[in-house]
Amino acid sequence: MLIFILRRIGQMIATMIALTFIVFYMVNLPGNLEKLAKTEGNMRMTDEEVQNWLEAEGFTRPFLSRYVEWMVGTAQGDMGYSRVFRKPVSEVVGERLGHTGILMFWVMIVMVPMSLIIGILAGMREGTALDRGLSVGSIASTSAPEYVTGIIFTVIFASWFGVLAKEVSWWPDWLVFKGIAKAGSVNFWNFTLPVMTMAIYGMGYIARLTRASMVEVMTSQYIRTARLKGLNFRTVVLKHALRNALITPFTVIMLQFPWLLTGVVVVEAMFNYKGFGFILVQASGNNDIDLLLAISWVAVIVVLLTQLISDIGYAYLNPRIRVK
Amino acid sequence: MPEYIGTGEIILQSITRFWPTWLAIGVTLAVAYPIRERLGVFGRLYGSWIGLAGVVIVLFWVFTAIFADLIAVMGPLEQSFSPGMKKGAPGIIDGQNGIIFLWGGDNLARDIFSRVVHGCRVVLIVAPAATLIAYMVGSTLGLPAGYFRGWSDAISSFLANLILAFPVILLFYLLVTPEVRTPIDVNLGFFTIPWSIPIGMAALFFMFPIVFLCTMWFTKYESNKRKLITYLAVTLVLGLWIYSGLVFSSDPFGVIKMDPNTLNVFAAVILGSSPGVYRIVRGLTMDIMTRDYVAAAQTRGERPWYIMLWEILPNARGPLIVDFCLRIGYTTILLGTLGFFGLGLQPESPDWGSMINHGRPFVRLATTAHLALFPALALMSLVLGLNLLADGLREESLKD
Repeated sequence: MLIFILRRIGQMIATMIALTFIVFYMVNLPGNLEKLAKTEGNMRMTDEEVQNWLEAEGFTRPFLSRYVEWMVGTAQGDMGYSRVFRKPVSEVVGERLGHTGILMFWVMIVMVPMSLIIGILAGMREGTALDRGLSVGSIASTSAPEYVTGIIFTVIFASWFGVLAKEVSWWPDWLVFKGIAKAGSVNFWNFTLPVMTMAIYGMGYIARLTRASMVEVMTSQYIRTARLKGLNFRTVVLKHALRNALITPFTVIMLQFPWLLTGVVVVEAMFNYKGFGFILVQASGNNDIDLLLAISWVAVIVVLLTQLISDIGYAYLNPRIRVK
Repeated sequence: MPEYIGTGEIILQSITRFWPTWLAIGVTLAVAYPIRERLGVFGRLYGSWIGLAGVVIVLFWVFTAIFADLIAVMGPLEQSFSPGMKKGAPGIIDGQNGIIFLWGGDNLARDIFSRVVHGCRVVLIVAPAATLIAYMVGSTLGLPAGYFRGWSDAISSFLANLILAFPVILLFYLLVTPEVRTPIDVNLGFFTIPWSIPIGMAALFFMFPIVFLCTMWFTKYESNKRKLITYLAVTLVLGLWIYSGLVFSSDPFGVIKMDPNTLNVFAAVILGSSPGVYRIVRGLTMDIMTRDYVAAAQTRGERPWYIMLWEILPNARGPLIVDFCLRIGYTTILLGTLGFFGLGLQPESPDWGSMINHGRPFVRLATTAHLALFPALALMSLVLGLNLLADGLREESLKD
């Protein structure tokens, strides 16, 4: 087990170095640097002035040494200075990650239990009307990416409900949601739509996997034995089937994090929620090199850590792998 | 004051305006029904409601793309200059020429219905084409990785995992920003080609179909020299002609060219989806490797590449077809994501992602919500159709 974890960590570090190197290379392309010089200095700089500016700011030093410096700095917590926010990058990223953390927390709270319940109900009795209905529902939810559900939800629950609340006397005032979520002051009305938007897309996927895994377990020998010895269906599902059926969904939920990152960017841009995804858009739009590097660093770390946890968790939950 | 038609009328006309599509779907299903036995797994879709629903939705958009010029009442960029047409509500009638904007007008007084229909053509060309190339890239790398294993497998798997670990959205932002994609002219001595990172990537990816096909002919017709030379010549001439036109826009006849933005989108989408294909092809290869017919071919002394391309790949087609349908849907979503962030095709392009992006600021007002709503619904229904089709195909192929 220890060797397994160590090997995974070794792979992880290699991946991280490769990925950060690519990002570092891309943001330091001549075009990007020139744009940076012009936004920092003035738009009418001549090529020579641009070159002088870059030299003064230290962008012309050898590429590799700058990369190593950046890596060492980042590992020590000094991520540089954000030129857009005029603040140290670590401050910006820390604050925004907190906002996104709240969003992710509620997404997980909504998404995981609901998708597991849907998957288990559908997979418990394969081929029934309930199974068919839930499966089609899951397919539909995976077909609508965040930017589609976000639009549809905003139109229905914010715009149309808002009109209804004004025009229909019996329409309760509390049943109007907000299409904008302000980071730092979230409540039920402005947070429901972003959370639902993010949760729906992942839900169908996890539910389908849970269903498939549940169907497989329910047709296995030991479940038949349990049924034949006279246990009732409820006990068999809850005590015998669930444990084994949840191994696959667990790993998949962990692997959902990188996917959720794209969702975070879309949802935060759509609902104006100023979190981690929002600064990604701002940083790339303004070519804020230090911030962009820090964001990719955090994103890559999150992705690799979840992969590691998922691997270890899978080995832990499934004894057959552990023995090997 | 502009006049409007009622909701019932809007729904009715939304259905009747698609008449060429409905006709074509009806003809296709009617023609295919008697010969369904010969259509393999596609024929068996008649027996599954989910699969049939998927086929109908996918066919709907395919035929809409084909007959877009018949269905759309205006061009994708054509504006109306009558008063009140800007952001006009669904069902608004243009006072000057009597054209009804069934799904309303956008902020530049263009007909959203026509734009969605024209956008369908864009989406249905880019998404399947990009998926197909991603498949060629993924198979060309995945087959030997699964077949030989060893160090080449280790390297390509590491690369695939690298791309998969990269957050897609960050990748897009890094690749498709104007600073990275603006091509610089590189002089190669006798002629100049435009060069940038996305063009370089496209140059690499678009090479794969040619290499893939050439390898196929080489392995199959090794003993039949005349056939081999004919096939190779046709592939190389056609392939390299298209290649030079698409990638470097230096087609000597000036017929084939691709807009640089579209090329970037292709490169980004192919890069995003080929690692997935690689993994599934590699997994299937390792699975099929254990079959007897592969052992038989090895004993016959067939070359490894013959076995990969003519024994393993055809026998992996079942799961691959299902995955292909799913992946077109996924590519459509990726394409939409690019459009949503304004990184996609040209800003005025009627592809659905860009339309959603343009309509996005207006969704919070009920009177202007239609700007983004209709392209969003269109995109969702196409992906839903593809997913249902994939599910139906999977169910039917599992019955074997």
